Amino acid sequence: MSLIDLANPTRFLALTARVLPWLAAATVIMLAIGLYQSANAPDDYQQGATVKIMFIHVPNAWLSMFVWAVMSIASLGTLVWRHPLADVAAKAAAPIGAAFTFLALLTGSLWGRPMWGTYWEWDARLTSVLILFLMYLGLMALWRAVDDPSRAARAAAVLTLVGAINLPIIKFSVDWWNTLHQPASVMRIGGSALDKSFLIPLLVMAIAFTLLFVTLHLAAMRNEILRRRVRSLQMMQASRAAFSSEAGSGSRGQNASNEVGAA
Amino acid sequence: MTALSALIRRDIRIALRVGGGALIGVLFFLTVVVLMPFAVGPDLALLSRLGPAILWLGALLASLLTLDRLFMADHEDGSLDLITMSQTPLELACAAKALAHWLAAGLPLIVATPVLGLLLNLDMVATSAVALTLLAGTPALTFTGMIGAALAVTLHRGGLLMAVLVLPLSIPVLIFGVAASQAVIVGPMTFGAPFSILCALSLVSLVVGPFAAAASLRHGLD
Amino acid sequence: MSDLKRGEMQLSGRGVTCVRGGREVFAGLDFAAVAGEAVAVVGRNGSGKTSLLRLIAGLLVPAGGRIALEGGDTELTLPEQCHYLGHRDALKPALSVAENLTFWADFLGGERLDAAKSLAAVGLDHATHLPAGFLSAGQRRRLSLARLLTVRRPVWLLDEPTNALDVAGQDMFGGLMREHLARGGLIIAATHAPLGIESRELRIGGAA
Repeated sequence: MSLIDLANPTRFLALTARVLPWLAAATVIMLAIGLYQSANAPDDYQQGATVKIMFIHVPNAWLSMFVWAVMSIASLGTLVWRHPLADVAAKAAAPIGAAFTFLALLTGSLWGRPMWGTYWEWDARLTSVLILFLMYLGLMALWRAVDDPSRAARAAAVLTLVGAINLPIIKFSVDWWNTLHQPASVMRIGGSALDKSFLIPLLVMAIAFTLLFVTLHLAAMRNEILRRRVRSLQMMQASRAAFSSEAGSGSRGQNASNEVGAA
Repeated sequence: MTALSALIRRDIRIALRVGGGALIGVLFFLTVVVLMPFAVGPDLALLSRLGPAILWLGALLASLLTLDRLFMADHEDGSLDLITMSQTPLELACAAKALAHWLAAGLPLIVATPVLGLLLNLDMVATSAVALTLLAGTPALTFTGMIGAALAVTLHRGGLLMAVLVLPLSIPVLIFGVAASQAVIVGPMTFGAPFSILCALSLVSLVVGPFAAAASLRHGLD
Repeated sequence: MSDLKRGEMQLSGRGVTCVRGGREVFAGLDFAAVAGEAVAVVGRNGSGKTSLLRLIAGLLVPAGGRIALEGGDTELTLPEQCHYLGHRDALKPALSVAENLTFWADFLGGERLDAAKSLAAVGLDHATHLPAGFLSAGQRRRLSLARLLTVRRPVWLLDEPTNALDVAGQDMFGGLMREHLARGGLIIAATHAPLGIESRELRIGGAA
C-alpha cells in the first residue's frame, strides 16, 4: 500500500471519528425505545409471549440480507471503480453479516421450539437463511485464507457478486424443494397482516438494528484500515531493517558476530 | 520431549493463524451435513435415522481432506529435511504432527457435532453418542490419513489420489463408529462392543500410522 | 561450552557413489575434511554438488561407499551433528522471525545460544516480531543463518549459502564461517561463487 492510497482512508478515519459517537448514541436510544415498546406489546392470542422474539428475529433476518447487499455494492466498488475503501467495507461487513444471520437462525430456532416442538425444522425460510450463513462463513474463510488483503479483495468481490446473483436462485430452489417434500403441517408464522401494536415496535427495532449495523460497520472499517496500516508499516520496517543493517554491517555485523563467538 | 512439544505448538499455531486451515474443516463438515437433507428430503424422522451416518461421513471427509497438506507444506519449504535429520525419531515427529493436526482440525469437528445434531433432529442422547464415537474414532482417521499424506509427498501428488488411497483404509472406523452410535439410538446391539472395537482401531492406528508414514517419508526423500 | 579440539575431528568419504533416477551422478568419490577446514565443492550444473551434501546429511542413501565422521560425538549419528542449509529456507511465513528461530532451537535441541543474539549477529534484530512472510529473500537467508548460530553443531553443510545475500551480507557470513572454523567446526559448501573465506576445493564431475 503506497501513501497515496492512505490519503483517502485518512479522511475517512477523521470523518468517522466525529460521526461514530453520535451514531452509537442514536443506536442506543432507538434500541431502548424499541425494546421498551416490544416489552409492552400485547401477547399474541395464539402464540402468547413467544411472539416477542419476533422483534429481535425479524430485524436480524432483514439485516442478514441487507448486509449482503451492502457487500455486493462494495464489491462493485472494488471491481469497477477500484475505490480504496470498497474492499475494506466488504471485508468489515462479512463478520457482522454472519453474526446477524447467526442471530436470525438462533432466534428462529428458539421461536420454533415452542411452535414446532423442535429447535430445527427444514422450513424453506430457515433453510435459506442457513445457506446464507454458510456463504458468509465461506467468504470469511476466503478473507482469512489469503494474507495479502488486496489480493483477497478481488476473489472475495467476485464471490460476493456471484452470491448476490445466486441467492434468489437458491431461495427459489429451496422453496421448490420444500413444497415438494413438505406436507402443510408446519404452522406458518406471520403471513396475515400485522396489527399496528406489533408493527410500530417492529419498525423501531428494524431501524435500531440498522443503525447498530452502520455503527459496527464503520467501527470495523476503521479497525481494518488501521490493521492494514500496521501491516504496511511492518513491511516498511522489515525492509528498513535490511537497509540499516547493510549500511552499518562493516563494523556492526562484525562486532555482533564477535559477541556470539565469545558467548 | 521439548522437541515434540515445540513441533506440536508450531503446527497448531500455523493452523490457527491467517492462511491456516483449521476452521475450514469445520466449515466443510457443516456444509456437507447441510447438503444431505437436500438430497434425502427434509423428513425429520428419516433424517434422525440417518443422522449418525451423515455426521460420520461428514467428519470422515472433513478430517481426511484437511490432511492433504500435513507433510507437503513442510516438504516444500525444506522443513521436512531438517526434521528428518534431527535427533527426534521421524516416527515420533510424525506422531506429533498428526496429534497437532487432530487437536487443530479434529477436535473442532467434535465440538461442532451437537449443533449439527440439532439440524438433523437428533436428541441429546444420540448426539452425545455420536460425539463420543467421533472422539474415539477421529484419531484413527487422522493417523491412517497421515499415511496417505506421507505418500502424497513421496509421489509428489496430493488431493484426490490421496483420498482414493486412504478412504478404503478408513472403512472399519466408519463401520464401528456408526454401529456404536446406532446401537444407542435404535439398538439392538449394545454400545460397548462396537465402541471398544472403535477404540482398539484408534490405538492400533496410533502405533501403525507413524511407522508407515515415517517409512514412506524416508523413501520419498530426494 | 565445549569447543571442539582442532584437528581431532575428520569427515571422510570413501568411494561414494550417487545414483539418482537411474542415472549415475558420480562414482568412487573420495573426500576428507578435518576440523577447522572449509571445503568448497565445485563443479558444473548437475555434477552432484547438492546430492553430495544430501548424502552427507543422510537425506539420500549412497549407492556405494561410506561416509563417516571420526572424532565427533559418539552418541550421535552424522546427520544429527550436521546443519544443512539448502535452497529452501525451512521458514513458515505465518510465524514471526523469533518464533521460527526458537522453534528450530527447541526442536533441534542440544547446546543453544540466545536467539536474540544470533538474530543480532545476522542483522535481523529489528525484525524479531515481524512475520517471516514479510522478509525479502536475502533476509530469509539471514534468518536461516541465525539457525546455524543458535543451535551449535560441528558440521555445516551449505548449499549455495551466499545466494540472495548482498555484499554486506556475504561479509557478515564470511565472518560467521571463520568463527565456526576457529571453534573447530567444519564446513562443506557447494558453491559457484567464491565462498569468501580460504577454502580447499573439491572438484566433482570432471572439468567445469
